[in-house]
Amino acid sequence: MTGRLSLFLAVMLAVGYAFLYGPIVSLVVYSFNASRLVTVWAGFSTHWYVELLHNQAIHDAALISLEIAVTAATGALLLGTLAGYALQRYRRFRGRALFSLLVTAPLVMPEVITGLSLLLLFVALEQAIGWPAGRGMLTIAAAHVTLGTAYVAVVVEARLAAFDRSLEEAALDLGARPAKVFLVITLPLIAPALAAGWLLAFTLSLDDLVIASFTSGPSSSTLPMVIFSSVRLGVSPQINALATLFLVTVAVLVTVAGRLMNARAQDS
Amino acid sequence: MSAAFRRRAVLALPYLWLVLLFLVPFLISLKISFADSVIGIPPYTPLVETGAGGWRLHLGFDSYRRLVSDDLYAVAYLNAIKFAGVSTLFCLLLGYPLAYGIVRAPRRYRNLLLLLVILPFWTSFLIRVYAWIGLLNENGVINNALLALGLIDRPLTLLNNAFAIYVGIVYSYLPFMVLPLYAQLEKLDPALLEAAADLGCRPWQAFLRVTLPLSLPGIAAGGLLVFIPAVGEFVIPDLLGGPDTLMIGKVLWDEFFANHDWPMASAVAVAMLVLLLVPMGVMRRLLQGESA
Amino acid sequence: MSAPAAAAPAPPTSHLRIEDVVKRFAPGGAAAVDGVSLDIEAGEFFALLGPSGCGKTTLLRLLAGFETPDQGRILIDGADMEGVPPYRRPVNMMFQSYALFPHMTAAENVAFGLRQDRLPRAEIAARVAAMLDLVKLGHLARRKPHQLSGGERQRVALARALAQEPKLVLLDEPLAALDRKLREETRFELVRIQRRVGITFLMVTHDQEEAMSMATRIAVMSAGRIVQLGTPQQIYEAPASRFVADFIGGVNLFAGRVVGAERGLLRVDCAEAGAQLLVEHAALAPGSDVAVAVRPEKITLTPEPEARNRLEGRVLGAAYRGEASTYEVELAGGKLLRVTLTNTQRTIRPLAAGQAVTLAFEPAAAVVLPP
Repeated sequence: MTGRLSLFLAVMLAVGYAFLYGPIVSLVVYSFNASRLVTVWAGFSTHWYVELLHNQAIHDAALISLEIAVTAATGALLLGTLAGYALQRYRRFRGRALFSLLVTAPLVMPEVITGLSLLLLFVALEQAIGWPAGRGMLTIAAAHVTLGTAYVAVVVEARLAAFDRSLEEAALDLGARPAKVFLVITLPLIAPALAAGWLLAFTLSLDDLVIASFTSGPSSSTLPMVIFSSVRLGVSPQINALATLFLVTVAVLVTVAGRLMNARAQDS
Repeated sequence: MSAAFRRRAVLALPYLWLVLLFLVPFLISLKISFADSVIGIPPYTPLVETGAGGWRLHLGFDSYRRLVSDDLYAVAYLNAIKFAGVSTLFCLLLGYPLAYGIVRAPRRYRNLLLLLVILPFWTSFLIRVYAWIGLLNENGVINNALLALGLIDRPLTLLNNAFAIYVGIVYSYLPFMVLPLYAQLEKLDPALLEAAADLGCRPWQAFLRVTLPLSLPGIAAGGLLVFIPAVGEFVIPDLLGGPDTLMIGKVLWDEFFANHDWPMASAVAVAMLVLLLVPMGVMRRLLQGESA
Repeated sequence: MSAPAAAAPAPPTSHLRIEDVVKRFAPGGAAAVDGVSLDIEAGEFFALLGPSGCGKTTLLRLLAGFETPDQGRILIDGADMEGVPPYRRPVNMMFQSYALFPHMTAAENVAFGLRQDRLPRAEIAARVAAMLDLVKLGHLARRKPHQLSGGERQRVALARALAQEPKLVLLDEPLAALDRKLREETRFELVRIQRRVGITFLMVTHDQEEAMSMATRIAVMSAGRIVQLGTPQQIYEAPASRFVADFIGGVNLFAGRVVGAERGLLRVDCAEAGAQLLVEHAALAPGSDVAVAVRPEKITLTPEPEARNRLEGRVLGAAYRGEASTYEVELAGGKLLRVTLTNTQRTIRPLAAGQAVTLAFEPAAAVVLPP
């Protein structure tokens, strides 16, 4: 459908995007405010960025968060690809109903439930076999793998569903063994979905407050946990500065990814 | 390697992981919801006591008894349904025209518009909720603007009430409504609308009789994607809500972190899950219908 | 294959032998392939012809090894294919969608199977070049599939299927994705290439014209079974059943009852034709129910006065097709007939609707079929 937008739709689009981006714009604007208060505009300043740079707690938490996110996204990519492949390709196997339930449920499960029950598991495991001893980055990453697996599986399953099966059959027909077919044909063709899945799992992990709060230990405060405890005390321009950096990073990444994809589209 | 062996090899790892780190944890919380709270490590009584006289099952219903008798829980429970439900409706009212507008926009802008809806999702959820504190504060951006324009004399109370929660949920979950709606509306063959017009429908009639019925699956999917997680929301009621806008997710959090009452927190989780079983079941049906 | 030699002396086996193959997709459900047996000789261009859902594609996939038969055997040069996975079968397939690997160039697609065979680099390069030349695509070797036209893709798929010199090439609706004009040109091209490489081709198609113009032999399939096997001419001129007669080309059918036999001709009373018809056929018991089939182009207009099988009717409508015109003629009893007349001259005036006509056909032009 192309053509002119009706006035109503144009207005709704404007309202919708204003609603989506108004708060973000105000975040960015006030990150450059000289005053501590959001109330008064006291002139342009990069003071809060300087202060953010010297905030050791945020530095440490950011590193912890990044490490957890990379680990969890990679684990989720592995498990989620296998799960998505199984769901798409194995139409009938014993326990399929349970399996598909387990794969998709984390997508909508309220985080407080997932977080609480994972914590209870870790505590029970520690009591029973003494491992994992205490909670920390390992337990957070494990919890995030569970969450990310669901997202990766859904993305991979969708990509495989749109995939012409006869490509794999052709490779088999031409003499490639199943494992080779997966490596040479399937994997390269679903690579964009794998990249998207990894990024999704990475972002979810980086963004998660609730599950991490339940499954973390005393020395493993993630970035959202630090932000949360600071935000609970009220508005802090340092958080605005952090949010702005976040936005810039995402915008740059999205632009670069868009350019790359455009370049590939041109090439092809 | 036989086909059967290959299957098992592919399935084993994710299956084991999900059973161990998703299914078993629920069973454990179910179990602990029947324990009594004590002070200690861990802070609950064992269900099965082994002693000289063999073993004895010890089921405590204290948590569930409190869940039913104490109004706090019922109110939080109903609040969660109310806030999530009303917010879902507002998401739909805002998201439908947005999705429809994107579909009808000139082709070259469509991807950009869609990207702009998704983009906020890639930034921090927490920070997006936080942004509203600055906007809704008694001396926040909105009140200041309204005062400056002379529209109000005294600052409005916009924060720490139900209004703030609605705004927070609609804002945070809007992309989840727009994306399935967009996917559904995009599939709609424009020839159907032309046919309706040809057969005498005015544009709004064509919308009501063709577009709307055909987008119902998208409405259902988007609604559930917003409603289910919103029911268990913790961050939004905690940061934007007030004392009389308690939601069940925040109650669970407080039971655990403030009161250290693990059995009670587990009982709340079980109760919440029971509440969500029906919408989750519908959601699964929708997902399966999609893949079939 | 090193089969135990002690077994019964192997009967002289054909190139491809299909023995009583049955395939059901749901246990207890209808059979997609229902007891098919077939022998195909080396170098044949064989066509499996049938409407969609008749089981022809399933049979092809059974041969390629993507499906396993519930019953029966498939032998290639005497070797039983049971348990042999697709990647070990001396069979290559050309897919209906072509299934060209989108991330590889035309040359890489053609080389794919050869790389699996671990041939030396130089040999692979030489074979790929030879194959692409065979299909006249040497200049497009480095293009990716999406940079090729439909016809070019089709030829890459063919080159890929031929590259490993398989014993059998399976072609699943090889021309279906091409537009009409290209399709007709490609028919000749495919046959020419098949003759040149001498590899056995087994093609699946729903297009009777395609099967007849390309194949040396045709098996007509319906509901999982082979209903007739023969050369294109046998199948067209001597269909074995109403289904085959109707599926292959146009046909006029009259239900009738045998009255008697005289000098190699069968006299059939057809109420629909409003006459007794004479058809060349061996004697049948009087009173048997039969159907008489006549192809539209075998009926003549304005017959000689002494012509047999004369029918009176009225023209209802005409379809001008350029090289010929097809008329719909209503007989006195209401039966509709199709008659095709070749437009041998530029100035032939078409028959007008409502015009009364006399039709006739030779006893040898018609076929007697089971009712």
